[in-house]
Amino acid sequence: MYCKQKESNMSTKLSVQTLHTDFLILGGGTAGCAAALSFCRADTAHSVLIVEKAHIKRSGCLAAGVNALNAYIAPGRTPQDYVDYAQQDAEGIARADLLLTMAEGLNAATARLEALGLTILKNADGSFATRGARNLKINGENIKPLLAAAVEKEPRVTVKNHVNVLDYIMHENRILGAIALDVRERVLYILWAKAVLCATGGAAGLYRPNHPGFSRHKMWYPPFNTGAGYAMGIRAGAEMTTLEMRFIALRCRDTIAPTGTLAQGVGARQVNALGENYEAKYGITTSGRVHGTVTENRAGRGPCVLKTVGITPEQDVDLQRAYLNMAPSQTLKWLESGQTPSVRNVEIAGTEPYIVGGHTASGYWVSTDRETTIRGLFAAGDVAGGCPQKYVTGALVEGEIAAAAALKYMDDPPPTIALDVTEKQRTLEAYLRQQSEESTDALEAEMQGIMDEYAGGIQTSYRFSAESLATAAEKIHALTLRAKNLAATSMQELVYICELQERLVLCRSLIAHLNARQETRWHSFAERTDYPEKSAAWECFVNSKLVDGKVQIILRDLVEAGVRYEH
Amino acid sequence: MSIRFTRALCIGCGACTEICPGSLLALDAQGKAFMAHPENCWGCASCLKECPVSAIALYLGADMGGLGGTLRVRREGTRLLWTIQKPDGTEITIPVDSREANHY
Ligand SMILES: Cc1cc2nc3c(=O)[nH]c(=O)nc-3n(C[C@H](O)[C@H](O)[C@H](O)COP(=O)(O)OP(=O)(O)OC[C@H]3O[C@@H](n4cnc5c(N)ncnc54)[C@H](O)[C@@H]3O)c2cc1C
Repeated sequence: MYCKQKESNMSTKLSVQTLHTDFLILGGGTAGCAAALSFCRADTAHSVLIVEKAHIKRSGCLAAGVNALNAYIAPGRTPQDYVDYAQQDAEGIARADLLLTMAEGLNAATARLEALGLTILKNADGSFATRGARNLKINGENIKPLLAAAVEKEPRVTVKNHVNVLDYIMHENRILGAIALDVRERVLYILWAKAVLCATGGAAGLYRPNHPGFSRHKMWYPPFNTGAGYAMGIRAGAEMTTLEMRFIALRCRDTIAPTGTLAQGVGARQVNALGENYEAKYGITTSGRVHGTVTENRAGRGPCVLKTVGITPEQDVDLQRAYLNMAPSQTLKWLESGQTPSVRNVEIAGTEPYIVGGHTASGYWVSTDRETTIRGLFAAGDVAGGCPQKYVTGALVEGEIAAAAALKYMDDPPPTIALDVTEKQRTLEAYLRQQSEESTDALEAEMQGIMDEYAGGIQTSYRFSAESLATAAEKIHALTLRAKNLAATSMQELVYICELQERLVLCRSLIAHLNARQETRWHSFAERTDYPEKSAAWECFVNSKLVDGKVQIILRDLVEAGVRYEH
Repeated sequence: MSIRFTRALCIGCGACTEICPGSLLALDAQGKAFMAHPENCWGCASCLKECPVSAIALYLGADMGGLGGTLRVRREGTRLLWTIQKPDGTEITIPVDSREANHY
């Protein structure tokens, strides 16, 4: 348990603790937990260490619960159908090899979730009740506690909760481990491993959010997934892909709660203020749905809503219950105002953009085995690129694939090097010692404002141009220099400084990606005012790598179906 | 978006300080839990579910249209009993059993 009083009396010195493990998992979320479980199923000799900034029982995307399993192969469908669907939704910019290996594992991962105790809706004959071709109805409230309990039962897995990973330890192009900070104690960890999985999720908090004031963290993506995994990779020279395919969620206004339960569950359609259903006009891809709503609003035909008035009283009550299992603030909103969905249509809005490889294709450029371009470093879940629409079950499968591939490093120990962390330690301690007129919060708000205004945030209806991006790049650079003069009075505040710096690293790469793709392939997700059309010339991946402090853009061909991709 | 503690109910067990996915909660000098960073709350309600004495309530900030109501929860076996207190003080309790799937 954590006592704030005790911490404020601590010194500004960090003690250094060293830990050794065989397989190091960074982030004990969906993919991280799945990787640990699957590693232990396949191997009986090696140790696993999960390092998690919060507590694995309720961390990351699954903390509040989820509404459905969005990735499942329904009877009569094939994994290839899933690949086709995801590629179409991504307008062709998705890796067939990654999608297929993910899709092939979805149903087995689902069965394992059920075995852990997850409630999945069944038909009278015992088969799963599917919602459309790919979804299963569940009670997703306790999905994370179930995964965490299974992990905690594994004797070879050690979990370090409340430890925040900061950087990789590298030798040439091989990963040797990571450096981490305790979120509460004055401890700097040095973690050594034979293989490492990055499973720190995607990035929220880059752009000014829907509610920039008191409720600034009432956002769709967890505000605690700050993009650490991307930033560590970028700094270490890993190749990243498709950062420009941002994800913008279409959500219930105010609470930013999911809309799928309304749209797919009770068949609520998107209508504008004139009562017109505008879905068909803009296409029903994920980005098309956001774009339609944005365009209707811009044309003065807002507010746009999901038309729920007319649902039955039973449906009304069922929806209130369903939202308690995943987004309880929505139920609170309905009931405190008395305006439940049968009485009032639910207004919808686009969120600020996120970088999240579980929905779009942003993240590490990986081999079919989910190994990054750094040897021994794997990536799975929202942090891994090329494989959109993976959701919960896809993140589980990617964790499993990575864990299986990491096994090959168990007999290939990395070189031993002498690591000197004194400089890192000194820099971190300086933040605890020094005074500053700057506040981390203010700089974060400044960063979000820059991204919002010049790199396609809510304010510009997600639109940007080469000129606006040049301004964004310049301002983010200046802010990066200022972010070195911050001060912290607690470990948590020290972590906030590191998170801001990570986000700035990611913003720089993101701006370079947005600028590189000179077309508009996905409305809203990457909407250019200077290149408003889609172009066949851009049927390729936009990748990047940090070389000598500069973001270098690499264009790569699409990966043909049936190919196993190796670096 | 944030949470509020009923101090008199808090037994200082620290369950909420462990579970918060943003590590935002702490115990004060009297051993009672408090929200150290209210503006950083995601509203996930993990702390509500973890608290053994239902000392925590969730509310919606005025900047997201909150009207002053609160949400609490109590666990009873596999059931979570959610109680919404409306701004006029009236309450509604909705039980949700983890063995029952969403219908939608
Ligand atoms: C609100 C919400 C609702 C969703 N609903 C659904 C749904 O209904 N159905 C569906 O199929 N999918 C849903 N998804 C998508 C799905 O939950 C995610 O795609 C998936 O869980 C991602 O898994 P992950 O392991 O990559 O990330 P996470 O599960 O978020 O795991 C990342 C972990 O890394 C930790 N971490 C981050 N940074 C650090 C660091 N520096 N050091 C140490 N640890 C760190 C985090 O605390 C977290 O535990 C939803 C997502 C969100 C955000």
